[in-house]
Amino acid sequence: MMRRPVDLGDPDRLYTVTGGRSRADDEKFDLVTLVVSECRPSPGMQSEHVRILELCRHPIAVVEISAELRLPITVVRILLSDLLSTGRITARHPRVARSHVDLPDSTLLEEVLHGLRNL
Amino acid sequence: MDSAISELPARTPLADSAETGLKIVVVGGFGVGKTTLVRSVSEIRPLNTEEVMTQAGVGVDDPAGLTAKTTTTVAFDFGRISLNDRMVLYLFGAPGQERFWFLWDGLFSGTLGAVVLVDTRRMSDSWYAIDRLEHHRTPFVVAVNRFDGDHPVFSLEEIRQALSLPAQVPLIECDARVRSSGKHVLISLVDHLHELARAREMTP
Repeated sequence: MMRRPVDLGDPDRLYTVTGGRSRADDEKFDLVTLVVSECRPSPGMQSEHVRILELCRHPIAVVEISAELRLPITVVRILLSDLLSTGRITARHPRVARSHVDLPDSTLLEEVLHGLRNL
Repeated sequence: MDSAISELPARTPLADSAETGLKIVVVGGFGVGKTTLVRSVSEIRPLNTEEVMTQAGVGVDDPAGLTAKTTTTVAFDFGRISLNDRMVLYLFGAPGQERFWFLWDGLFSGTLGAVVLVDTRRMSDSWYAIDRLEHHRTPFVVAVNRFDGDHPVFSLEEIRQALSLPAQVPLIECDARVRSSGKHVLISLVDHLHELARAREMTP
């Protein structure tokens, strides 16, 4: 695969996209949180929000949105926070806790093994 | 032919019933075959994205502040495996270099486990990755990528010694280009995770 790094160019561009914010309010979105749109894009919406709503007609992970939009994860998290707070998307968060104290249980791992063996 | 050369679809949507995303990270030095391994098992053509951070690793409140700071970019690629109609496994190929580990918590906390992919010609590349995974308490297996013409100069036992790998960490051989071999690596990891989980659950 060709590595084509996202052209960040001018950091100002990212600030335009996110309205001047550099991080999401909280860590709501894991890389593998699955996002689903709850409405169609409406006229006058920011183009990045429009693209996200189009991508999320079926569930799609945050990291896939980042790759499709060619925007860094941080920026995508901010854009998703906007859409979540206005009810335009819903988020299906990973079951595995984001802490290394809480390791996955054996039942979940058995399901994963079963899926892998069936590949 | 059981090969990874076949064309993968660019982007196929997940099932609408998909609800749980899971992560496994493949760590290794440059050129060791991370993307090859991801591609061999992925249902989509591997995608590439990146994360940026300021040098200090913290957010900056004003635009002027950001432009004055150095930003660090870490690129990584990933593939996807739908395990069943609800669970989707994302497989990340991540560079093992130093700056990458600053981003580990923001990107890969909650990961099921990791595969350290080793090239025996550059074994020292793996030391740092193993050290960092231990530090982050991420369970892992080590897979030695043996490709054509890579005559096994070192036995697995020699590699285990060279990496100072504890006996309980699984060490396996693979050919990252071959789907069945990539699948075997993932199954070895999840088997290992399952054993760890069972042992933990048995402990009162």
